[in-house]
This record gives sequence, C-alpha cells and structure tokens, in this order.
Amino acid sequence: MKPLHLIPDDVNVPFLKFRKVFYIISLVMVLASVGMFFTKGLNFGIDFRGGILVEIKTDGPADINVLRDNLGSLGLGDVSIQEFGAPDDVLIQLQRQDGDEQAQMTALATVTEALGENVTIRRSELVGPKVGGELKEAGFYSVVISLFLIMVYIWIRFEWQFAVASVAALLHDVLITIGFFVITGVQFDLATLAAVLTVAGYSINDTVVVFDRIREYLRKFRKMEIPDLLDLSINSTLSRTTMTSLTTLLALIALFVFGGEAIRGFTMALIFGVVIGTYSSICVASPLLVVLRLKRKIPEAEEGQEANA
Amino acid sequence: MLYFTKWKAALVLLVCALGVIYATPNFLPSGMLPNETSYLPGKQINLGLDLRGGSHMLLEVDTDSVLRERYDALADAIRTELRQEQIRNRPREATENGAEITILRAEDLEKAREIARTAEPNTELAGEGNNIVVSYNELALKELIDRAIAQSLEVVRRRVDELGTTEPSIQRQGENRIVVQVPGLDDPSRLRAILGRTAKMNFHLVNTEKTAAEARSSGLPPGTMILPSADAEDQAAGIREYLIDRRIVVSGDNLVDSQPTFSDGRPVVSFRFDAAGGARFGDITSKNAGRGLAIVLDGEVISAPRINEPILGGNGIITGQFSVQEANDLSLLLRAGALPAPMQILEERSVGPGLGQDSVEAGEFAAILGLVFVIAFMAISYGRFGVYADVALMMNLILVLAVMSVLQATLTLPGIAGIVLTVGMAVDANVLIFERIREERRNGRSIINAIDAGYRSAMSTILDANITTLIAALVLFSFGSGPIKGFAVTLAIGIITSMFSAIWLTRLLIATWVKRSRPTELVL
Repeated sequence: MKPLHLIPDDVNVPFLKFRKVFYIISLVMVLASVGMFFTKGLNFGIDFRGGILVEIKTDGPADINVLRDNLGSLGLGDVSIQEFGAPDDVLIQLQRQDGDEQAQMTALATVTEALGENVTIRRSELVGPKVGGELKEAGFYSVVISLFLIMVYIWIRFEWQFAVASVAALLHDVLITIGFFVITGVQFDLATLAAVLTVAGYSINDTVVVFDRIREYLRKFRKMEIPDLLDLSINSTLSRTTMTSLTTLLALIALFVFGGEAIRGFTMALIFGVVIGTYSSICVASPLLVVLRLKRKIPEAEEGQEANA
Repeated sequence: MLYFTKWKAALVLLVCALGVIYATPNFLPSGMLPNETSYLPGKQINLGLDLRGGSHMLLEVDTDSVLRERYDALADAIRTELRQEQIRNRPREATENGAEITILRAEDLEKAREIARTAEPNTELAGEGNNIVVSYNELALKELIDRAIAQSLEVVRRRVDELGTTEPSIQRQGENRIVVQVPGLDDPSRLRAILGRTAKMNFHLVNTEKTAAEARSSGLPPGTMILPSADAEDQAAGIREYLIDRRIVVSGDNLVDSQPTFSDGRPVVSFRFDAAGGARFGDITSKNAGRGLAIVLDGEVISAPRINEPILGGNGIITGQFSVQEANDLSLLLRAGALPAPMQILEERSVGPGLGQDSVEAGEFAAILGLVFVIAFMAISYGRFGVYADVALMMNLILVLAVMSVLQATLTLPGIAGIVLTVGMAVDANVLIFERIREERRNGRSIINAIDAGYRSAMSTILDANITTLIAALVLFSFGSGPIKGFAVTLAIGIITSMFSAIWLTRLLIATWVKRSRPTELVL
C-alpha cells in the first residue's frame, strides 16, 4: 500500500504572492486582540484575581437557580455558578473578599456551611490577595523571560532578520491566543498561562524548521530571487508542517474531548495556539523576511562597492 | 553512517530495557510491587495532590508579631534597669522595628543610652531627641525569625500528624512561609481549622474591682485588660467582654496533655499541667476561691468559671459550648502546643479523592486515545517507517514514565496533558526525518544514501526546534507552581526522551531492516 501523501510532492503554492493579504489578516487579528485586551480585558480566574472556587457534586441534577439564590444571599459579593461538565457537577466561584486573607477563609467557611451536607465538595481553592498578586507577577515575568530567552537562542543560531521575524511571529501567536481568551471569555488562569507559553514554544519550533530550510537554500541556490527561494522553502517543508500540526492536534483533540472539564480551557488554548502557530510560520514569519530585506552574505569587497554606489 | 556499531546498538537497546524495567512498577497493582529489599525497582510515579486528592496550603508566619513580642520584652528589661538607676522614663508602643523608650529628663539621656546599649548583645542603638530605640542587628533578626519558623514548622507538623494521614509534607518556603501538603484528606475544613489558630492558651484572674462595662466608661484599673468572650453561654447571658488581670497566672506552656471527654453528657476538654504548673494552679485556686478564672485562647475568653474549691491535682477541664468536633480540635491544639506567632492561610487548594480518581481516568483515556490516533496516522502516512516511528513513540512514553519514576517527579493533571502533547510532538522528529528522506529520494539518491542524508540534515533542525520548546518548559518550571510545574516536568522529560527514541531508536530499527532485507524499493 502506498503511504498517504497529504501534501502532494510537487506542491507549489505561491505564498509570497499573497503576503499582503496575510499581513492584513494578521494585523487585524493582532490589533483586535490588543484592543479587546485593553477594553474588554481578560476573564482572570481566581489564581490571578484572588478569590474562592468550589466544585461540588449534587445528588441528581443540580438546581442552579436554587444554588444561586442560596449563595447570593450570603452577602459575599459576586457569586458565579455554572454547570461543570455534568448536570450534577457545579462550579462556584466567589470574587475576592474585601479585607485580608482571613476574610477569604471566613467566606469559604460560610459557603461550605451554606451548601450543607447533601453535596460533596470535589474541590476547593482559595487564593488570597497576596498570592494572587504574586502569581500575576510571576506569570508576567515567565512570559517575558521565555520570549527573551527564545529570542536570544534564535539570535545566536540565525542572522538578525530571522530572529526579528521569528519573534514577530511569536508575539503574533501569543497576542492572538490571548485575544482568543478575551473574545471567548474563557477563564484565564495558571493553566492557560502555561498553555500560552507552550504555544510560544510550539510556534517558534514551527518557524525554526522553515528558517532552517531557508538558510540551507540560501547556500544552495545562489542565483534564485529571495521571494522565490522563500516560497520554495515553505513548500518543501509544507508536508512536515502540516503533518506535525495534525499529529499534535489529534492528540490535543482527544484531550479536549475526553480529558475532563478541569483542563478544557488549557487544551482549548493549545489547540488554538497550534493552529495559529502553523499559520504564522507559513504565512507571516517567512514573508516578513522580505520586508526585513534578507540578503545573502555578500563578500566584503562587493559590499564596499555597493556602499559607494 | 547508517549502520550501527555493535556497542552503539547495544547501548540503545540497554536504554530501552532500563526504561521498561523502571516503568514496569507503574503497571503493577501495589500488592505485586517488589519490596524494598528486592533488587528490582519498585518506585511508582508520585501522583500530585490534584490526582490523588488532598490539600495544599500555603501559610505565612506573622514574623512581625514575633518581633513585637521580643521588643516588648526587651523594653521591659531595659526599663527595669533604668528604674534601678532612678532614670524616669515612659514606655512607647512596641513595634516590629525596635524597643522604644522615652527618657523624661535630658540629663539622664547619656546614662540611659549606655544601659540600653548593653542590655542585650547583637543590638543596635538609635533614636532621636529623648527617644531611645534598640533593635536587633541583621544577624540576630535572621536567627530570631529562623527560630520562630522552625518552631512553627514543628508545631504544624505535630498538629498535622494528629490528623493521622499518611505522608504529609511540611516545608519552609522563602523567608516566612510554610507549605503544607496532606494527601488523601477528606475534609480540608478540619485542616483549615487546626492550622488557622495560634492556640496560645493562658489562665488569668477575672478582675473584681469593676465589670468590663464599668471599665469601659470609667477607665481601666492598672494592670488589667478587656477581652471579648467567645463562650456561647456567656453571650446568651448577655456577657460580651471580661475585665481581666493582665498577669498570666498559669501559662499554657505548662500543659502536658489534653483530651476531649464528656462531663454531664456535654463535650469538654480536659487538661493536665506539669509539676510546676500544677503547683501554681493549686496555689492560685486555693487563694482565690470565689473569683472567676478566665481561660484565654488567642485573645478571647473561651470560658471563665468561678473557682469553687482548690484544684490540687494539676488536672482540670474546660467547659464551654463545644461541639464534639470543637472539643476534639481544641484538645488537639493544646496537645500540639502553641505557635510562636499567628499564621495566615494565603492559599489553599484541595481536591477530593473522587475528583482525583476521575481526573486520572479521564487523563488516561484521553492519552491512550490520542496515542491511537497518532499511531494510526503515522502508519498511514509513512508505511513501514511510520510503524517504526510508532514503536519509538511507545518507547518514548515508557521512557517518560521510567524517568519520572526514578526522579520521583510528581505527575499532575496538567502533567498528563504534557505527556499527551509530547505524544503529538515527539513524532515531529520522525516527520522531519522521513520528509527529508522522501525529498532525497526524489532528488535521486540511493536508498541508503537518502536515509543517511535524511537523518543527518534533519538533525540540526530537530535540535533547534526542541531547544526552543525546552526553554519554554524550563521557564515554566522555575516560575510555575504545583500543577503547572508538573506540566513543565513532563514536557521537558518528554522532549529529551523523544530525541533519543525518535532519532536513535528509529535509526536502529531502520538500519536493521535495511541490512536484513536489502530493499531495492523504498515505499515512503
């Protein structure tokens, strides 16, 4: 049996021809993400906001309205109550209580008492204002530091145009993934932050593969125009790019559907990130090299002449 | 070169064999595990609290209060000396920054400063005008705080041990924090209740000159204080506060035992003093018949019984409106001893055993399904080579399990996600290699040449791609907490082991196949 070639061997899509279209699409997505981030904002989970989360299992289907009335009347501020994966599984979230850590503790005790004996508490989480602030800070630094380290690595391995283009693609992916969270309103917590960082790693991974090929072809095809060379590189790695994205997506989709409610937001971020990362390494990162005026290394004598001209 | 030397092939097989040996315990029921004396490895992967159920609590010791107490005592000591020298002075409110005393006459200042300077070693003297401030130097402060944390750790350990769960972990984190992890705990509220309290218990006499209400309106008699009542019976009778003597007549430090018991069918807490405490208790109760004895716990009067007769045996009971649970908790706290300083719970994450089990099952199912998808997809896309990649993929999973068992790394729910993600990404190396081989074949190279070139030219790309992901994983590991660390761990281990399995193992398989069957056509 002949193995399946998902991408034909002689594939030749003129990606560079459409690069302006990609720029516009990407620019719109990035600007929308950033704009929404500042206007609508992320739906931060209790990890970053501080607050209380309780997951309960009820005997038979839960009556969300009754729960809402009961817990809403406790005077603990905003209470969010939602079904969590199953009709008898409910997730209760309380905003951070005014006051210090002790106030959070008291509120948690009040809630567990109000829920009574008939429900099973499957999970309870409490994040005080102090830790919430620290986690936010640590999260921010982890994003910045990993982006920086990745950039340094690429800088060491490639010429500066590659470093700039790959970091631009990386930022593009991270921003749009965050935008995805803003738009869908899916809760942003420690796990989703980890997913965003993984997307960063994946995105750069995808980009590096194409760049490696470009670098190889720069040495091999000395006469070819840069845009043609970029197209050739993207097309020769296209099969690999789609194959890897597909295998990763297959694994992630299994996790999304069957991995349980608790990590659904996390896998959703990864799935979205893999798709956008694949798009950016094909349609954004490599075309950007043209904008950055990627050149072949020219012998010094010639460079001097060029400068004189 | 495509062909393997014998020792290289042996090395690859050895790594695989070790992987299988060390991963095996994870598939055995606990009854079949080799015991400790066996030479076979018996370590299973450590499940995180989110998978096996349990509670994680982050506590902060209020070290400022330790300092305040110390400076209060220091100020007292200095003032005693000053009085002996007839230097008139006034105390100031104790702060965590130092013992502060105001000297009333300017001519005494020089001498007072000398006394303050020599009052205790490792202190520094400061202060403006006629104020004197004595504070510990950095070394002494550090020692003071370290001791308070060490003591707190010990008390927390004793309290948690009383819960009778297996393998609780209690560790210091940073300067003044303590992380408590108790696996398999059904009811985190119990843990909360016993960790959230200082449990400093002292006995004071109730003041007889005035009631608390009178003192509030006409001023406190010297050496007294007003404390709120926490006794439900008092509250029912309209008593909210007590005016009590500041002096501690017997301290909780003298307690040696405490048990929950019943008196008149109501839960009460019994206690027993050591010899010195018992003697003092007998003395006080003999001399003060008819007065109230306030039992003060963490700044609240939990009970203030009237002394009816001398209590000489050093035993007593505390009655109050306790539930059975409260009586149990109080006696537990008294047995375990008081914390040197109050503690706050900064963060709590508790997972019930039911949810943990569900998560493991869901994660396992998703991982296996993802694996099946990827295996099928690889076989369809790359035929024989795809099957080789699948063998390597499974070997990679075994290696991840083995490394995690050996390192005793903790597997969390995001960690399972990390493994699933590596399943998808591990085949990337093989995809890169196989795609390259296809290209080289199209360019007209011979089979062996193409395979060799495929591995060689894909190498640097694989390295670059994996290192960038590894960077993200390492940053996650150093910044993340608990479950996220688990994700970083499996991702990092998975990437590293996949380099071995996807490159070396597939290469060995392919080389062996080429050598055996000398293919003339490469179906890829």
